[in-house]
Amino acid sequence: MEFQAKELFAKHDVPGTPGIVATTPAEARAAAEQLGVCVVKAQVKAGGRGKAGGVKLAKTPDEAEEHATAILGMQIKGLTVHRVLVAPAASIEEEYYFSFLLDRANRQYLCIASVEGGVEIEEVAKTNPDAVKQIPINAGTGVDEAKAREIVAEAGFPEALVEQAVTTVLNLWKVFVEEDATLVEVNPLARLEGDILEALDGKVSLDENAEFRHEDHAQYEDKDAADPLEAKAKAKGLNYVKLDGAVGIIGNGAGLVMSTLDVVAYAGDAHGGVKPANFLDIGGGANAQVMADGLDVILNDAQVKSVFVNVFGGITACDEVANGIKGALEILGDAATKPLVVRLDGNNVEEGRRILDELNHPLVTQVDTMDGAADKAAELANA
Amino acid sequence: MSIYLNKDSKIIVQGMTGGMGSKHTTLMVQAGSNIVGGVNARKAGTSVELAGKDLPVFGNVAEAMKETGADTSVVFVPPAFTKDACIEAIDAGIGLLVVITEGVPVQDTAEVWAYLDGKSTRMIGPNCPGIITPGESLAGITPHTIAGSGPIGLVSKSGTLTYQMMHELRDFGFSTAIGIGGDPIVGTTHIDALAAFEADPDTQAIVMIGEIGGDAEERAAAYIKDHVTKPVVGYVAGFTAPEGKTMGHAGAIVSGSSGTAQAKKEALEAVGVKVGKTPSETAQLMRDILQSR
Repeated sequence: MEFQAKELFAKHDVPGTPGIVATTPAEARAAAEQLGVCVVKAQVKAGGRGKAGGVKLAKTPDEAEEHATAILGMQIKGLTVHRVLVAPAASIEEEYYFSFLLDRANRQYLCIASVEGGVEIEEVAKTNPDAVKQIPINAGTGVDEAKAREIVAEAGFPEALVEQAVTTVLNLWKVFVEEDATLVEVNPLARLEGDILEALDGKVSLDENAEFRHEDHAQYEDKDAADPLEAKAKAKGLNYVKLDGAVGIIGNGAGLVMSTLDVVAYAGDAHGGVKPANFLDIGGGANAQVMADGLDVILNDAQVKSVFVNVFGGITACDEVANGIKGALEILGDAATKPLVVRLDGNNVEEGRRILDELNHPLVTQVDTMDGAADKAAELANA
Repeated sequence: MSIYLNKDSKIIVQGMTGGMGSKHTTLMVQAGSNIVGGVNARKAGTSVELAGKDLPVFGNVAEAMKETGADTSVVFVPPAFTKDACIEAIDAGIGLLVVITEGVPVQDTAEVWAYLDGKSTRMIGPNCPGIITPGESLAGITPHTIAGSGPIGLVSKSGTLTYQMMHELRDFGFSTAIGIGGDPIVGTTHIDALAAFEADPDTQAIVMIGEIGGDAEERAAAYIKDHVTKPVVGYVAGFTAPEGKTMGHAGAIVSGSSGTAQAKKEALEAVGVKVGKTPSETAQLMRDILQSR
């Protein structure tokens, strides 16, 4: 969110006025009393906040309180506004766009800069592509002062701002590398009265894989927006994404689970259009406790009518997976209430299927193929 | 024949003495791989017995290569140490570097990739199952029991979909199956593998498995159009993935309208690649091609 991006900017000396975060209209009023003329801005992880009515100028503390009352609780792109940022109003003379990002295709970084900022950069890129400069950055050498000067010259910052721009580019680069970001965006980077360059709004995306060397990054997670089932799964160390359908999915391996969702959606076409309820990758292990944790999350999803357990035994043998399912059903006991369609294949599949046959659990149906099992799970969800 | 890996490959394992490393080194030996040692600075000079083979532990990759003639390294070290392990192997001049480790910060991979520029090392991964040339050698974690040697080349972003596809087509078998990994930046791309399979006389047809995120599949499609004469069938996972959510693999994310499975499927079909709706249907497409030859 903007206020968090601004915290990271401030940490690395990027010029800007962070403002004050308020969670109630009274707090917004108090902030405005301190700051004078200010802007009250909704804090959600989504673009288009201004268009949605989530950004308002307040000339007085009364107005700040009034705007905060309207904005807090508002929905923007499905996200509820729990906080506003009260920031001092700035007299903007020009607006620019600036970002550093990961360039997947070229396996390096990219700097995108435009002195025609202020609107959506995608729009500028379409209507006036020459105004959007893309400068590749080698991940080994990064951005030193010479590179920063090259960027500033290429972007075409006005003469009076060049030195400030070079320093700002170097500090934004520090945000990018020292925080392990995949995106650092300033929009707008503004020229204020008196030729002052400031980051007025920003966005930072952090690499989750780098969390082990950034203990402070946990605070930036948007706990308010997370689905309660996603939060529960995360607490149990499960890789889960909540979707909107009726067939719960458990599988091993990200690719196979994604594929399972697709196959269920196709099968659903013949069964009243039922769809997958979630993504859940339990990884290679698939022991009883992990299976039980996964089933527990899925069975707590009120929309779920059936569950499809799709496991290909690679390193993990199918008998271990079958014992995992058996153990999970014992752990869950009466809490297991919805039909389970299980498809096991691969390493030691005969033994795995035999264990489940012997278990003869009333909720468990075995189907040998992925497509067939998806069809069965969709049929049960539509019953 | 095969690509990148064969029976003559001499393999060392970085992180062989750890849990994952020792488990999978055992499986690699059982698969027939010529594992010649491991690297662990703290245990240099010792040896480890795995799958009945006494494997020496060296202090660094350069020493291991000098003593054993190793040309391939498989990396199992934890994410925090993966960048240094890769750079050590690249500095030593390893030919093939297979990075299994999941969870490597993407800036570390970007740095390693920049470091590779102009050097002779081929990197596969990170966050991948590695590479198997059935009947000859395994450098990674793909179960060697799924399928034997045969005419199909397989390149995939996903480990379990690699296993599934090998299983579906086990009656035909594979020249080489390579998992390139699900991270935003990987060392070997679909295009690299397609080029190698095209040049490999033992590969008659190619299965290419992609998933949401980035535009690697679209670029592979453009490459196929101009450079690949062998039949290619494709599969793309993630049609039902919502925008903005990472689906397990760090690189598997639809951003706005880019990186969608639909766009990838259309790009592949536009250049004549048949794309299956499910893994089984994809396998059937390959079956039809091989049976008509």
